[in-house]
Amino acid sequence: MRSDRQSAPLGLKIAAAAGLAFLHLPLLLIFVYAFTTEERSYQWPPPGLTLQWFAVTWNRPDVWQALTLSIKVAAISTVIAMILGTLCAAAVSRTRFFGRETISLLVILPIALPGIITGIALRSAFNLADIPFSTWTIILGHATFCVVVVYNNAVARFRRVSGSLVEASMDLGADGFQTFRHVILPNIGTALVAGGMLAFALSFDEVIVTTFTAGQQQTLPIWMLEELVRPRQRPVTNVVAMVVVLVTLLPILAAYYLTRDGDQIAGSGK
Amino acid sequence: MSLAQASAILPERGGLRGSLSDTLWRKPTVLLVLLLTPPVLWLGIVYLGSLFALLLQSFFSIDEFSGLINREFTFKTYGELLRPSNIDIIVRTVSMAAMVTLAAAVVAFPIAYFAARYARGKWKALFYLGVMLPLWSSYLVKVYAWKLILAKEGILTWLFAKLHLTWLIDAWLSLPIVGGNSLSVSFTGTFIVFLYVWLPFMILPVQAALERVPQNLVEASSDLGATPAQTFRNVLFPLALPGIVAGSIFTFSLTLGDYIIPQIVGTSHLFIGQAVYAHQGTAGNIPLAAAFTVVPIVVMGFYLWGAKRMGAFDAL
Repeated sequence: MRSDRQSAPLGLKIAAAAGLAFLHLPLLLIFVYAFTTEERSYQWPPPGLTLQWFAVTWNRPDVWQALTLSIKVAAISTVIAMILGTLCAAAVSRTRFFGRETISLLVILPIALPGIITGIALRSAFNLADIPFSTWTIILGHATFCVVVVYNNAVARFRRVSGSLVEASMDLGADGFQTFRHVILPNIGTALVAGGMLAFALSFDEVIVTTFTAGQQQTLPIWMLEELVRPRQRPVTNVVAMVVVLVTLLPILAAYYLTRDGDQIAGSGK
Repeated sequence: MSLAQASAILPERGGLRGSLSDTLWRKPTVLLVLLLTPPVLWLGIVYLGSLFALLLQSFFSIDEFSGLINREFTFKTYGELLRPSNIDIIVRTVSMAAMVTLAAAVVAFPIAYFAARYARGKWKALFYLGVMLPLWSSYLVKVYAWKLILAKEGILTWLFAKLHLTWLIDAWLSLPIVGGNSLSVSFTGTFIVFLYVWLPFMILPVQAALERVPQNLVEASSDLGATPAQTFRNVLFPLALPGIVAGSIFTFSLTLGDYIIPQIVGTSHLFIGQAVYAHQGTAGNIPLAAAFTVVPIVVMGFYLWGAKRMGAFDAL
């Protein structure tokens, strides 16, 4: 084996660095704009820096309502997605049965088809069934496409948990529930938590399906969309944008650290 | 002896919990059914049910005078879909999706190649997070960031002015189709934002494909006298192609269905997603909206079929 590794050609380094900069600079810009004193336009460079918009945003009841609703929806959808995703992953990974591929496809479909199709399909179904729009219709939609991230994480982990562990536990006299509690759960625990965090981030951020399944309620992304289309107070939007970046950043980093020695990390296929 | 036999076959467990546990172990099918019922019921009823309901409605039609939906089986709505103005929308969306996909492949390749081939240890983790963070951070915030950047008074205009290149932007904006009043209301702007938002979806599968290319293939190629360009064209590119196709599934499908980006950064010309949104919302023409959603489903169906033949699914 060669021990000396060639270093990358300069052109490649520049292209890769430029690509990464292209991915990250726009997000950093959000942080600068949260402090600008300019109210009416998106002027660059900012004429001055101020902290006052944080206070203004703090005192806005509509922002708080949207935030609370978003957290509530994301939390409940995550719980539903974790239960359904884990059940599905357990079934698919422990046995081979007829229609196994179909089940995987069924789980992935809500995220593979464009969100607008999921959204309008749910909306027309709610209309046909005379279900009034409420927080629960939002949750119904979110849980449907969050199943896949939990499922992806759980399937990857189930594949690595050896079946002989389960058999050993049974041989030692544990019943099925004890085996689940003391052998399976500790093994898949971190993968589930990671999947749950990604599901939370996904739901917290979702806007396309939500525009179709929400009635009068505003989740935070809906609030932002409203501000983007019809701006009322731009600096408040800037601050909210920054907070949203920070709030979604933490679960993603946590999920990464929980699964980083895994063979496959969820995320391919948001 | 008898003691050993007795303990080899354990007695049945007592109690409800014990017997339940025993039954599930003896009859794995029961367990399987129990495991699968909730998710399949949820996805089957909530998701597939609504999807079929939607497709069904594309065969209904709307009464032009009363605005009521006529629930009789007809192809009239599909005829309406094929009107020139709607064909325009479809062509515009599909060509945008194709351009975004192509550009994403070009921009993603160096990042993926560097991460797969040269990044080690800490750098590898950094590259991975460097792709994952933009992928998972809020979609609307990303679009918003570009609204800030592309605005007339924004950072891009400022930067070009500092570099004395304002004439370049003006020349570009005066071009027919791609130009406009400012970058944030032109197809160029829409294109850049699409490219930005979907780029991570291209990087990850390309990187996965490149990581499976053995280094000695590249070395063998150069030992046999190939220039780097020849190695790229004849060795690396064919092996990375399944990854590129896998990534293009995402970039293509996501562009086809998006209606928020062209609404916030773009011209007044509609994309498929916007047309669907407009027809189901203010116009109340659910049948036509449903027929419109069939377009991305059909396009993606063909796309996935082609991708499967190229072995793209192994690269996912």
